[in-house]
This record gives sequence, C-alpha cells and structure tokens, in this order.
Amino acid sequence: MSHRALLAILILIAISSILVALMFGSLPVSLSALLRTLVDSSLGVVDDVVWKLRLPRALAAFACGGLLAVSGVLLQVLLRNPLADPYILGVSGGAALGAIGALLFGGGLAITNLAALGGALAAIAIVFALSFRSGDWNVHRLLLTGVVLSAGFGALISLVLTVAPQAQLKSMLYWLMGDLSHAHESATAWLVLAVVLTLFMLLATGLNALALGAIKARALGVPVGSLQAAIYFCAAAATVAAVMLGGSIAFVGMMVPHAMRLVGVTDHRWLLPASAMVGGSFVTLADTFARTIWAPQQLPVGVFTALIGVPVLLLLLSRKA
Amino acid sequence: MTLSCEHLTVAVGTRALCRDLKLTVATGELWAVLGCNGSGKTTLLHTLAGLAMPAAGEVDVDGRPLAEYGRRELGRALGILLQREDHEYWGTLSDYVKLGRYPHARSMFGPGAADEEAACRAIAAFDLTALAARPYATLSGGERQRARLAQLWAQDCSTLLLDEPLQHLDLRHQLQTLQLLRQVTRDDGKCAAVVLHDLTFASRCDRVLMLYGDGRYASGRTAELLQSHVLQALYGCRVHAYGTGADAHFIPVI
Repeated sequence: MSHRALLAILILIAISSILVALMFGSLPVSLSALLRTLVDSSLGVVDDVVWKLRLPRALAAFACGGLLAVSGVLLQVLLRNPLADPYILGVSGGAALGAIGALLFGGGLAITNLAALGGALAAIAIVFALSFRSGDWNVHRLLLTGVVLSAGFGALISLVLTVAPQAQLKSMLYWLMGDLSHAHESATAWLVLAVVLTLFMLLATGLNALALGAIKARALGVPVGSLQAAIYFCAAAATVAAVMLGGSIAFVGMMVPHAMRLVGVTDHRWLLPASAMVGGSFVTLADTFARTIWAPQQLPVGVFTALIGVPVLLLLLSRKA
Repeated sequence: MTLSCEHLTVAVGTRALCRDLKLTVATGELWAVLGCNGSGKTTLLHTLAGLAMPAAGEVDVDGRPLAEYGRRELGRALGILLQREDHEYWGTLSDYVKLGRYPHARSMFGPGAADEEAACRAIAAFDLTALAARPYATLSGGERQRARLAQLWAQDCSTLLLDEPLQHLDLRHQLQTLQLLRQVTRDDGKCAAVVLHDLTFASRCDRVLMLYGDGRYASGRTAELLQSHVLQALYGCRVHAYGTGADAHFIPVI
C-alpha cells in the first residue's frame, strides 16, 4: 500500500473515532439521532451531551494522543533509543508532582493546572541545564538525566501519596494514571500539535538523517545542534500540552511510532502525520471505551491505552519475528 | 576540487597523533592513507571533513577555509564515508542512499527527480539495483558497505574522504570500488583520500600519506614510499614487495 493511501485511511479512521466518541457513553446516541441534532436544536439533552460534553472531550482526547505520538517519534530520533517515550525526560513526573502537590494543599483546578505546568517546565529546564554543554548535546547524558530525574519525581510522588489524606487520593491517582474527565478546553493543545507537526514535517529529511547518528547527519550537511535543540523543546512542549490535558496517559507515545514502523512507515515525512492520526484515534477510542464500559462510572483512559496497546504491540512484534 | 592543509595538528586529548601536517590533495588525485591501528587515520579524516576540531591549523576545501562553509554547502563540496555506523536504519536501501542527497535538496518535502536519478545511478554503480527495495536492516555486512558507498556517490561531492571503504567487501567489489574511485578522480576531476590496509590496493593510488601515530608522518609518491623498509618501519612487521607500478604486489612475511 502506498504511503498516501495509508495516510488517507488513517484520516478516515481518525474521523470515525471522533464519531464513535460522539455516539457512545452512558447515553447511547444513534448515528441518525446524531445527524438530527445538527438541524434540530430542540433535542435538548442529547444535543447537550453530544456537542457540549462529548465533542470537547473527544477533541481533547485526540489532541492528547496526537501530541504524545508525535513527541514519541521525535524523542526516539533524538535519543536514538527505541524505548524512548514522551515521559522519559521527566516532563510528566514534574507535572504530576506539581499537580498532586497542589492537590495536597487543597488547590483548585486552576491552581493544580498551574502547578503541573510549573513542575513540567522545571523538569525541562533541569534536564536541559544538565545535559547541554557548550552548544553540543550529549544524548546519553540527556537520556540518563531524564531517567534519573523521573526516578526522583517518582519517589517524591510516592511520598506525597503516603502522607495525603484519604479523600484526595483518588483525584491524585487519576492524575497519575491519565484521565480525560476534566479535559474540555483543547484549543492550545491543537495549536501546539499543528505547529510541531508542520515544523517537523518540513524538517523530516533532517530527522531521517539524524536517525543515522549525529556524526553521520553532520557529514550529510544537517545542522545537528539546532535540529536537536528544536526536537528537544518541541517534544517537551508537545508532552506538556498533552499532560496538561490528560495527565500521564500510558503507552501511546512509545507504542504508536513502533506500530507504524512495524507496518512499514519509516520515512519521517509520513511517520509523523501517520503517528499523529493513529495516536489521536487510539486515545479517542480508548477514552470512549473507558467512559462507556462501566457507565455512568468513568474509568481513567490510561488504563485502557495500556490494556489495548500491550496486546496489539505484542501481536505486531511476534508477526514480524 | 582540492583539499589542503598546512601546519595541521591532530590530537586526541593531549596526545598529538599527527603534527604540523602539510597536505595538498589536488584535482584528479587519489591518496592512500596508511598507518597502524590507532595511529590517527580516522581522526585525521574527521578533522579534514570538519567533524572534529584540529588542535592547530586549518583545512581548506577548494581554496576556502572549512570554517567559512555552511553545513549544507560543505555537504555538497565534501563527502566522507565513515568507518562505523552503529545505528539501525529503518527504511529501505533506496531510502538510505537517497539520504546522500540531503545537501542538494531543493524542496523541503524530500527528493526531487534529479535526486532520484542520482540515487538510482549510485545504486546501479554498486550492483545494488536488485536490492533497492529491501529494508536496509536485512542487508548483509558487505551489502550495507556498498549501500554506504552508494550513498556517498549519490552525495556527488568533488572531494571524497573514505575510511576503510573496502571493509566487508568481497574481492570483486573491492576491485570494483577501487576502479570507481580511480574513475571519478581521473575522469571526473574529483579528488579523494582513502584509508586502506591493503598495500596492493594502496599501490594503485597516486600518492600515499603515512601516519606513524606519534606525530610523525610521511607523504609522497606511491612508488617512493611503498618500499619494504618504509613499510617495516610503519607497521613493525616485514613486507615483501613484488613488481613495480601497475604490477606491484605486497605480501606480509608470515
């Protein structure tokens, strides 16, 4: 299958995933009822549920998944490590620590979000300061610094969880597991996704060369230092935007790029948009599942991204072997 | 189409591998770079290619200092075949070779028709046409080496640096690579410096640069330098030299 055809199919899947998200939930809405709400605003509750609750959440889920997948592609090139995922540089750990710290002190939604943003930015700054020396990136140091920092955040998070009062534990856990039930406003996330995706589709040939190693890329004429800096900050921005919407949603950022490579999409010109579509659709469908399966109870989407993602990736891996 | 340096010192840490090097690789010339393991051949090549900073001195490509070149501009003037590439490449052989066109790309959206054509020619030159659609990761060591040579050919630079281009190649492809190197230097006016360990192949080059690894070097015509006593001093083992010129052969005494 040509890459063009594959991308067209993935875009169709993306649109269908949004439609599915609009139709399913504690109140099932048929496709015809969905279409009727477009012309007839007298349907009241169905109208509200579909357009005021489900659509913003579906859009947030899609943006979140797209951002995580794109960030994963970028970091796998930067770190030249197949295990790299958006959380490896400590961004999500920093955000989670900020958020649950704020929750511990009884912060409201706005304060919690602000603290999460502060934690994420602090993590980005620390990793950058420790691994960027005199205009050059040491990729191994970058990776290790991120991993070490994440471990530190993990310990602090455990500490906060142990001392936190019972009543706040659940909202804290939802932050850690990845949850989209508070995600309504995703305009910023979409903007970040659009900018990062466009920028790196333009720089895609440079990414292809950089995947061969920094020296090789430099020998081919790639401005390696500035490209690596652009990757680091854009991947971090994409991860922050995603984490602010849905917390640490597991597995998407690492799995989606591999899944795409396993089906033969390796050129970053196609890998980036394809991963964005698959990541977006995947989180949208997983979130729909998470709020439908045990409705009206809403489960954290992060549980299902891993539960669905693990067997799919194992299947792809075994088929290839 | 020339590569030159004067008073160039190449060092690793505080150890000078090659001191005060004066070298001019002129249009049409093919140089062999010889020396023991760790004598600084690779470091010298990296320095000449602008991938490592010299401890002293500067390198000129086509009469202009390296520092004046933009990264991409240098990628069009000078190409280097690295000795090692440790990274897995996920795409096909043809995608891999096309990466050589990076410095020539006019469109940000990837290779144009001219780039495709140059890549196809390079792939054919190294007998890889039948493998073009194969994933790079499935190629054998020798096939990968030819793919890397083809990528350098696709880059189409007037100055070429090759670090052990013959490694992993079977005899026929070793010969073919040497012939292609002769052809692009003699007929197309390119210039090239090639790190080799095979002295018989080295004897088919125009000139030789020998690195002793302690800062000393020797450079000159192939016939003058490729002699038993010089080689013994360089490698620390005895080498028999048979014949001269196009008939020269070198065999280590076992």
